[in-house]
Amino acid sequence: MRYVAAETVEQAVALLAGETGDARVLAGGTDLLVQIRMDLIEPDLLVDIKRIDGMFDITPENGGYRIGAAVSGAMLGEHAGVCALWPGVVEGFELIGSTQVQGRATMAGNLCNASPAGDAVPALVAANATVRIAGPDGTRDCAVADIPVAPGKTSLGKGEFITSVYLPARSDSAADAYLRFIPRTEMDIAVASAAVSLEMEGDICRAARVVLGAVGPTILIADQAAKTLVGTTMDDAALDALATACSDLASPIDDKRGTVEFRKDVVGVLAKRAAKIAQTRAGGKS
Amino acid sequence: MALDTDKREFKIVGTRPLRPDGIDKVTGRALYGADTTAPGMLVGRVLRSPHAHARIVSIDASAAEALQGVKAVITAADFTTANNSHSQAVLDNCMARGKAMYHGHGVAAVAAVSEAIAKQALKLIKVDYEILPHVTEIEDALKPDAPVLYPDKPAKRVPEGTPANVSHVTHFGHGDLEAGFAKADKIIERTFRTEATHQGYIEPHACLASVSPDGKGDLWCCTQGHYNVRALCADFMGMDASQLRVTASEIGGGFGGKTTVFIEPIALALSRKANKPVKLVMSREEVFKASGPTMSSVTDVKIGMTKDGRITAGYANLRYQCGAFPSGTIELGAMSAFAAYDLDAVKTDGLNVMTNRPREAAYRAPGAPTAVYPVESVVDELCQELGLDPLDVRLKNAARKGTKASYGPTFDDIGLVATLEAAKAHPHYSAPLGPNQARGVSCGFWFNFGGNTSVSLAVNVDGTVTLTEGNPDIGGSRASIGMMAAEELGIPFDKVRTLVADTASLGFNDVTDGSRVTFAVGLATIKAARDAIQKMCARVAKIWDIDPEAVVWEDGCVKPAGDNAGQYEPMSLAEIAAISVKTGGPIAGHHEVNADGAGVSFGVHLADVEVDPETGHTSVVRYTVFQDAGKAVHPAYVEGQMQGGAVQGIGWALNEEYIYGADGRLQNAGFLDYRIPVASDLPPIDTVILEIPNPGHPYGVRGVGETPIVPPLAALNNAVSRAIGVRMSALPMSPPRILKAIKG
Amino acid sequence: MSKIHVTTNINGDAVEYLCEPQETLLDVLRNQLNMTGAKEGCGSGDCGACSVTLDGRLVCSCLVLAAEAEGKQVSTIEGMADGEELHPLQKKILEHAALQCGVCIPGILVAAKALLEKHPDPTETEVRYWLAGNLCRCTGYDKIIAAVMDAAAEMRGA
Repeated sequence: MRYVAAETVEQAVALLAGETGDARVLAGGTDLLVQIRMDLIEPDLLVDIKRIDGMFDITPENGGYRIGAAVSGAMLGEHAGVCALWPGVVEGFELIGSTQVQGRATMAGNLCNASPAGDAVPALVAANATVRIAGPDGTRDCAVADIPVAPGKTSLGKGEFITSVYLPARSDSAADAYLRFIPRTEMDIAVASAAVSLEMEGDICRAARVVLGAVGPTILIADQAAKTLVGTTMDDAALDALATACSDLASPIDDKRGTVEFRKDVVGVLAKRAAKIAQTRAGGKS
Repeated sequence: MALDTDKREFKIVGTRPLRPDGIDKVTGRALYGADTTAPGMLVGRVLRSPHAHARIVSIDASAAEALQGVKAVITAADFTTANNSHSQAVLDNCMARGKAMYHGHGVAAVAAVSEAIAKQALKLIKVDYEILPHVTEIEDALKPDAPVLYPDKPAKRVPEGTPANVSHVTHFGHGDLEAGFAKADKIIERTFRTEATHQGYIEPHACLASVSPDGKGDLWCCTQGHYNVRALCADFMGMDASQLRVTASEIGGGFGGKTTVFIEPIALALSRKANKPVKLVMSREEVFKASGPTMSSVTDVKIGMTKDGRITAGYANLRYQCGAFPSGTIELGAMSAFAAYDLDAVKTDGLNVMTNRPREAAYRAPGAPTAVYPVESVVDELCQELGLDPLDVRLKNAARKGTKASYGPTFDDIGLVATLEAAKAHPHYSAPLGPNQARGVSCGFWFNFGGNTSVSLAVNVDGTVTLTEGNPDIGGSRASIGMMAAEELGIPFDKVRTLVADTASLGFNDVTDGSRVTFAVGLATIKAARDAIQKMCARVAKIWDIDPEAVVWEDGCVKPAGDNAGQYEPMSLAEIAAISVKTGGPIAGHHEVNADGAGVSFGVHLADVEVDPETGHTSVVRYTVFQDAGKAVHPAYVEGQMQGGAVQGIGWALNEEYIYGADGRLQNAGFLDYRIPVASDLPPIDTVILEIPNPGHPYGVRGVGETPIVPPLAALNNAVSRAIGVRMSALPMSPPRILKAIKG
Repeated sequence: MSKIHVTTNINGDAVEYLCEPQETLLDVLRNQLNMTGAKEGCGSGDCGACSVTLDGRLVCSCLVLAAEAEGKQVSTIEGMADGEELHPLQKKILEHAALQCGVCIPGILVAAKALLEKHPDPTETEVRYWLAGNLCRCTGYDKIIAAVMDAAAEMRGA
């Protein structure tokens, strides 16, 4: 295995595109280095992108924020602007691993790991976040939702890598929240999770986006479930309908972390609770 | 043996001095198993079976041996036959002989100049396996058509007709069960299950071995008992025990899991073959796959109670699986189950069945938690059904001095009643509970061990004392042992340095296990100090030219026994030591003993939980441990044992489990999915130490380490069951299990 | 396989080493630099025994490549005491008898120091969550948490 710390985006792309063997991008390394250590992968080349300009930047852009691909959970959590605008995105990202892992882990890495249980992803998708991708054919933007295609697989092409994540602007009466279920209080992989992003108008929910994690082969966008909230005051009946719709949509598996039955039940509970938190947050802003 | 406690006012015992190895351990300079090196050292790695059960048809290591940088490859053929069947099982668990018995079983090992080359070499070893049917669960292994682990080696000492995989059968009890159950107003019968857990020490097994062609060897390793390591390894290597020196490193947790050997013989064999030092360190994955899990268990319990809370009869049928080798741990379980109760009619039947899992290693009170959990859960259910207070019922039935224990002996002074009364009087027991909260109670018990101990105590000319003992310090024993020496000698604690000696320096010492060290090593230390005192008295009598009977030891000085002995200024230890080399030579005390009289230990735990009714998630919101320590030598470390044991039990109760797939492979060999409690999972663990002196120890000390892991299983089970209104009967009470119970 | 030359700073001292691409910072600290205070408990970022800080950020050194330390400031347990003077956290761990086997303690100390630098006045719950990635199997965490709270109070008073 070789290790190269790229100095520019172009150099990183050239290295990744030019490698005939398995080339991997190293940002936080909290998944990648574990996989190497466990002999799950044997890359021929690691391209460290952390010395490239801008990779640690958080920049206001059109009312939203562009977040460099190497920004860690700890760094994002310290950014008051992003925390205020997209608290659910930040809380999802900050749930990944320990304080130590937070010192290194990145949203782009969590996304490219393409696990349906990645805690950073549901809230990013609920936020309609996009990523900017550099590659041999130049730069393109892509919805976060379109990156993971199957467990462990992304839509990125040969030589491509994510250089930043963009969180869009939103109104003052909008907010988001993310909740996951784990058996302990920390250090576990999500058994089920739900992100809810809302736009309120007074007491009425005007728009909602609900995304579920760890209950399918990729994250699930629960548009039908989200509709149960729209036009309601998010009373108990609406929230129960949301929970039922989420449980119905979920198509989880039995594994060492949970059962089908448990995940279907709990994902509905999480969606309901996350929706309430988002509602409170949106109200608090207006 | 005279009990000094009543007449004695302790000056040092009972205080909380800083531990002597503390600064090394907070600055990172303490040397643990993996922290040392030797010149020219090679790196060892073990090839492990990917199959749960497979015949090893052949092993071709020629390609690995030919790889540049590889210095040795070994298999089971590189060891001798062990000198008894127990040791043979230990050896066969290290390295498969003929058959791989479980997923992760060692098959071959290499030593190479680097880790990368060692890893590459493992891939070049060709093992031809014939995959055999496997069995990992107790009930499956007991079926008539179950795969048989040792078809050619039927178990001895089990009755005819016993299922083929059963290695041990055991029975305890007394009285007329039928008559007892006939007197009951309420009888509850229930079956309980527990999953295998792991000791979960943070330091993986690690060792550094060096063997030369003349049969001399040195081994550095993290172990709870280096004398035992020496005995086993010398046997497996065909070496003389005197030629193998084993040095115990600092140990990063053991909890019973480091009472045997896993990699040490492998490192020695590699070193002998390569004629170079070999360092071998397990990965965390290997720790889970190939070292010390506990039993899993299935237990039927039947208990009868009168309306006013008297237990009329108790019966338990325990089935343990302890992995792919015979295990007698079931006996300790069957003995522990009803130990807290004074019963006229009680019986326990037990069996151990072998499965394709790693060989069980001891884990804190081995056998007891899984036996006490079903009994304490049914007692609680009876209390709930009959509307009785669970502590009152336990007090009514509690074992006390004179009780004939369910496993045979009659108890001497024990602290169960005092412990139950302390729990009842504690504010925790009457504190109000919030919504979805409930309180659980359980008793716990451990036998406590004594055992073989050898201690040497040198009085240095500057008036200080060097104490040499042979048991690794796993939780502050250098402090507690040194305190007892200082107490006995009447010198300040910081004038004593306690060293853990290598196997060449003392007579045999049993393993640091069974909560034996503070009791047995402490006892031997006190006796060694008294031996030195006797020598100092004789020395002073000689100096004063009076009869040795005419001097006494008082307040750290030799004094004339009375006016008739003559008028002499008392001589302190320091004064005697200063002139010792001119008055007859150095002064040292020794003691060698196979200590008995350890004195059993009881504890009571109170656990408050809150269960999320929508997710089945359990939070422990308050926890208090009450335990009899006999005499707490260093109370802070006694509390530490009580807290740490309780939390291991909480982990066992709520989230820890070995998970096997249908393919017989372990699915969660890492700290990510083997979920031990983390700091944010827990409330403060409050402790109340009771001191009911143990008549078997000069200061009244009882072991304290094991008992605290016993009560949490039932305390949590009882709390959760009361919180959700459904009786739970399987551990761990993971959220999916609890939610399923809530939803019916 | 060609080695990578790394120039870095560890506990205030300039350090140079050669490493293999796959070697972790933990490997180099322990095997080359004889700084064995950081322990490998899991190799997967789940136990925290290898905690160090990298440019002030708390990380698991088993999840950092040795090559990534180029130009960085690394702090380890070996740099925590100031000569003979122990750090208040080290003192409080000893005073509270908060260590039993002690193998997790270097990682806990490094992590707790990073916490108190960021939050000098944490709640007990904050301490517990911050240290959730530092597994301890001996103590049940009780005395460790008490020691950190006590050290924080002392450091605020100082």
